[in-house]
Amino acid sequence: MAVTLTINGHAVAFRPGQTILAAAEAVGISIPTLCHLKGATPTGACRICVVEVAGARTLLPACSTPATAGMQVQTESPRVVEARRLVLELLLSSGHHNCSVPRDRDADWTDFQLTVQAEDGTDRLCPVWGDCRLQELAFRYQVDGSRFPATATIYPTEMANPLIVRDFSRCILCGRCVQACNEVQVNRAISHGYRGAHSKIVAAGDRPLADSECVFCGECVQACPVGALVEKKARYQWRPWLSEKIRTTCPYCGVGCQQWLHVQDGRIVKVTGVEEAEPNQGRLCVKGRFGYDFIYSEERLKNPLIREEDGFREASWDEALDLVANKFKQIIAESGADALAGVSCARSINEDSYNMQKLFRAVFKTNNIDHCART
Amino acid sequence: MTNSFNEMARAKMLMVIGSNMTEAHPVAATFVKNAVLKGAELIVVDPRRHKLAEMAALHVPIRVGSDIAFLNALMHVIIAEGWQDKRFVDSCTVDFDKLAATVMRYTPEYAADICGVPADMIRDTARRISSVQPMMLCYTLGITEHTCGTHNVMSIANLQMLLGNMGVECGGVNPLRGQNNVQGACDMGALPNVFPGYQKVTEAAAREKFQRAWGVDGLPEANGLMIPRMMEGLVDGKIRGFYIFGENLANTEPDIRKVEHELASAEFLVVQDIFLNETTRFGHVVLPAAAWSENDGTFTNSERRVNRVRTAGPPPGDARPNWWIFQQIAKRFGQEWASNSAREIWDNEVSVLAPQLCGIKYHRLEGDGLQWPCPDENHPGTCILHRDGQFTCGLGIFNPAEWTPPAEVPDDQYPLVLSTGRRLTHYHTRTQTGRCEGLNDLLGEETADISMPDARALGIADGETIRVSSRRGTVTVKARVTGEVPAGMVWMAFHFREANANWLTNAAFDNITMTAEYKACAVRIDKLTEKALG
Ligand code: SF4
Ligand code: SF4
Ligand code: FES
Repeated sequence: MAVTLTINGHAVAFRPGQTILAAAEAVGISIPTLCHLKGATPTGACRICVVEVAGARTLLPACSTPATAGMQVQTESPRVVEARRLVLELLLSSGHHNCSVPRDRDADWTDFQLTVQAEDGTDRLCPVWGDCRLQELAFRYQVDGSRFPATATIYPTEMANPLIVRDFSRCILCGRCVQACNEVQVNRAISHGYRGAHSKIVAAGDRPLADSECVFCGECVQACPVGALVEKKARYQWRPWLSEKIRTTCPYCGVGCQQWLHVQDGRIVKVTGVEEAEPNQGRLCVKGRFGYDFIYSEERLKNPLIREEDGFREASWDEALDLVANKFKQIIAESGADALAGVSCARSINEDSYNMQKLFRAVFKTNNIDHCART
Repeated sequence: MTNSFNEMARAKMLMVIGSNMTEAHPVAATFVKNAVLKGAELIVVDPRRHKLAEMAALHVPIRVGSDIAFLNALMHVIIAEGWQDKRFVDSCTVDFDKLAATVMRYTPEYAADICGVPADMIRDTARRISSVQPMMLCYTLGITEHTCGTHNVMSIANLQMLLGNMGVECGGVNPLRGQNNVQGACDMGALPNVFPGYQKVTEAAAREKFQRAWGVDGLPEANGLMIPRMMEGLVDGKIRGFYIFGENLANTEPDIRKVEHELASAEFLVVQDIFLNETTRFGHVVLPAAAWSENDGTFTNSERRVNRVRTAGPPPGDARPNWWIFQQIAKRFGQEWASNSAREIWDNEVSVLAPQLCGIKYHRLEGDGLQWPCPDENHPGTCILHRDGQFTCGLGIFNPAEWTPPAEVPDDQYPLVLSTGRRLTHYHTRTQTGRCEGLNDLLGEETADISMPDARALGIADGETIRVSSRRGTVTVKARVTGEVPAGMVWMAFHFREANANWLTNAAFDNITMTAEYKACAVRIDKLTEKALG
């Protein structure tokens, strides 16, 4: 017999040990979350996921409260909505949340935007506009940050490494990055530092990431629900409404991580891990996440080249391929097919290796085909 | 790999040998670390105290190239104590007696001398790995890149069969593949002895099958040459035409000076690549290829998972897909190959001809791909090989091996061991990662990693430029003084042309696989005198 609880009047079955959140999600009831990171220990830090449980004195966080038999849960009651709006209003009142959400009815909007622009060093809107949990929830609950006096930003944005921008003004201290770093990738580079109004996510006694244990896997960036951690190369380039997501496999090591290529105008502008995909469960390493732009190097070979006395000259495909074929035919005629040998590529796709060995075996008639299987 | 990556996170006991996973296979390492956080016991066997060793319950710093002695000693203890999985050994394996006879000699005391670790540490390791079943064993090139690489691999299989750790979840023998598609290149028959799907070229039935499929006759009967023999053939004129596709041999093969001499001797060299590199310098024709994300296709990862690679944008200029280039050459020999896309090549040829891949078609690869063997289109794929002790040839055969030292060992003139490998931020010769914004800034030059005792003895400071020499060459490089490296060892990578470890490495090979001994050769390090600096 399955045990059930009641969510918004519906009987919902759950497995012992499941949280209210997990039980709700399993039947498609959405409860908003900010700090909750799947697979990591719940911290209950943000309180956006609170729900009303009959008989409980206070609202309870769905992400860390275990479901129990017969529990009566309301996920969008007036009390719940009021609590969530308060959480959102507090978050929006501090920091550079310059999407149109936070203060659009407020007279000091212009001043606010100008301050943000000066501190961001750009007149563009937040780099994660359209891909922000906070913005999404502000719309959902129709709130802005004007109810509370704005608090000043105390920590400057860290630009001191080539890959990850840490914008503390947009940080909501949810701690997902800390969990991603410590529990998912287990690199133990960042943690919660300082207290109260001075709270900050710090690396190794508050040093720049580049001087810490950080290995630039970017798991924290992928976990960040707002615009506090962003890829430097994609910042202000990538815009979700302009980009298309293409799934592919990482070209580097033999783990074969699954990636989303975020492509704009035929160009990859950012790479993220495919959540819940085998084998990597959304994780990538520094090469997989940031090692994509070599394909756009100006040094790419664009034409066949033929060597002359004084170096290479460009040639047409027909000329180059005729030369290769004729020379190989001549060698086969003079010395037999075993005077040819080929090395295939362990980085390229299967179909390329297949065709190369077919060329050597079926066309040239030699088994002198190998690849760097051993390095 | 006999097993799958996701099992690493669930394993209760892991032994990682000859694998610096956190740098070479970072995401796989995260699963191992997750297991440790959940209470699994991790044993790291490696000369270097690398990052993963910090999380290990036990780090066994055996000497470079002493793996077989160590593994045999573990099995010696296990058999002496009766800790083997008797049911598995009796019902699923043969030749246990042969194994027992060989490892008899490898007492922990005997192996301790070879391995440079205390005998009690060997006993302790044996006790730990026998006390939790299954144990998942992972290894990488630290095992294979030795003249005794094949024997190393056999010894690992022996250990896992002895402990009954084959064919079970969270167990098995798990080599992590270096390149993304080494597994696939092997599966595709880019090897001198097998057609796609490991069908032997020496077998008449296999040749007939491929002759029919390819519409040709007279497929060659004898095994072809492996890379080192091909390269030698360039010098003695046996190989007159050489076709290199996508490998920067001039930097990746051991003993660069020798390799460059060989490449320079080539009568006609075709190089197909995406950049000019050290190898194209020797080419007579260079063909520009499409890169990753510029055409569709498939990769096969270490756990035999065939996954899709998709197109994000077009290749630059006149660069073309590699499969197209091969097809065009075939055409000039009068062969019209019908398949006109990677998908057609896979669906109509590869998966028809390779028995393990018959059930894998592009339309089935939209999600997480499929792990071979996958014999028919209803088959879900195979996460774990040798389930219930079923081996390809029936029973698992114990193949005991004797320990042999590396081809070149330290002496008075070259008193240190050089071992090589990869670093996190870069990939091989950096033709790609060196051109990615940011990655070069994280690691911009090669270093020679040396131990504190050696640095002290020679008066070398961290960051000081030193000279590292072997019988084959000399490089000047910055010293990185680190606790990761044991005394007597120098550790380097081959990411940079300058100070590339392969100026020094020894072109000695495993007899069977022709894998080079990248992990061990003899070197000396010297302080640069004022004169040498000027
Ligand atoms: S990039 Fe990776 S290692 Fe660095 S702080 Fe983020 S999660 Fe941690
Ligand atoms: S992201 Fe990193 S770990 Fe994953 S396949 Fe690529 S190189 Fe390997
Ligand atoms: S999501 Fe539950 S407290 Fe943050």
